Amino acid sequence: MSLIELANPSRFLALTGRALPWLSAATVLAFAFGISQIYFAPDDYQQGATVKIMFIHVPAAWLGVFAWVLMSVAALGTLVWRHPLADVAAKAAAPIGAAFTLMCLVTGSLWGRPMWGTYWVWDARLTSVLVLFLMYLGVIALWRTIDDPAQAARAAAVLTLVGAINIPIIKFSVDWWNTLHQPASVLRLGGSTIHPAILEPLIVMAVAFTLLFLTLHLAAMRNEIMRRRVRTLMMLQAGARIRP
Amino acid sequence: MTALSALLIRDLRLAVRVGGGALIGVLFFLIVVTLVPFAIGPDLALLARIGPAILWLGALLASLLALDRLLAMDQEDGSLDLILTARVPLELAVAAKALAHWLTTGLPLIIAAPLLGLLLNLDPKATAAVALTLLAGTPALTFTGLIGAALTVALRRGGLLLVILVLPLTVPVLIFGVAASNAAIVGPVPFGTPFSILCALTLISLVIGPLAAAIALRQGLD
Repeated sequence: MSLIELANPSRFLALTGRALPWLSAATVLAFAFGISQIYFAPDDYQQGATVKIMFIHVPAAWLGVFAWVLMSVAALGTLVWRHPLADVAAKAAAPIGAAFTLMCLVTGSLWGRPMWGTYWVWDARLTSVLVLFLMYLGVIALWRTIDDPAQAARAAAVLTLVGAINIPIIKFSVDWWNTLHQPASVLRLGGSTIHPAILEPLIVMAVAFTLLFLTLHLAAMRNEIMRRRVRTLMMLQAGARIRP
Repeated sequence: MTALSALLIRDLRLAVRVGGGALIGVLFFLIVVTLVPFAIGPDLALLARIGPAILWLGALLASLLALDRLLAMDQEDGSLDLILTARVPLELAVAAKALAHWLTTGLPLIIAAPLLGLLLNLDPKATAAVALTLLAGTPALTFTGLIGAALTVALRRGGLLLVILVLPLTVPVLIFGVAASNAAIVGPVPFGTPFSILCALTLISLVIGPLAAAIALRQGLD
């Protein structure tokens, strides 16, 4: 099944309608497995039980960034290939990405209070994630301001691609600037610096969060397609009423 | 080339002759800087320490204030459509418009900055540093703002949305502008390091701004 064949919204709806129950079940199972693993994971010798906030914080941060990358690819799909589902994917991803980024910020500051002694510091990574959150809100505002969906899609695509410059800044901010936030410790050259007892539940939770994102995103895309159909039907009806 | 210089001269004339846009920006800058001592108290030592940051914030807000005039007036009287259909590459045409906009709104802010520095108890060296960083950084503000102006030009109530879209993109310019000013005044980082990053940001925005704005304008056309 290629991307072109998926371009037909009816085929997309049929396919995702069959896939969604399985995806939802897989999400629930992955979360059940991950949470039970977190329960049995050892406490950190310095951080105590607060280290377990990381199992939510880190996957949320990954997905907050991943959603923008997905929106950037979709933006290319809108501007370059005019793929009819690309703007639906971009529109559906924005609120979900914003929610994951907010979750990352909130859990991070809840962890920061006992560990760093403050809810917020103006550290490079924290600041760039906050900017990412603000840009999500800006894109959502742009989507909602322009009435015509096709025009809104192209405007949001340009903004998304310009905002994508922030993504490498977030990834490398902890390496470029010597800051309070710890440097990259999971994905780095020379292997992970995290003990396997903590790393394994973290990876399970990352998979669970990714499944959750995919489920929510596909469901939101289906909603958006149906919303557009309702909009078209209503416009046709209104047109029929004017010219009987 | 003649078409571009004609566009530049036309925009400069319009800015000078129609309703003092440049002076309104400077007036706004003055008011913002005047409000700060009212808010934090007339502590001259504190003002001297945060003076560069205040000047940068004031210049940032003042240049944002003028952004909706960049393309909106041409959209209203239809000349934007002529520019879109002209044989001149749209990227260069919007770059010429942004340059004219910077000359009439950005440059007056830089000229006003030393005077406002006196109000904030900045010594001559600090004032020179702020003016120099503003000179290097404000083109980035205008050319980043160009993207927002192009995205919101067709909207009836685009003014506030424009500010919301553009402000997050200007964060790096603000960071390195203030960092370079402070490096010149108190150190310990050499002035050149943040200043070269600021210049790099400006150069990047000079390329990306007109490109993205031209795409946005063309997409909004159909």
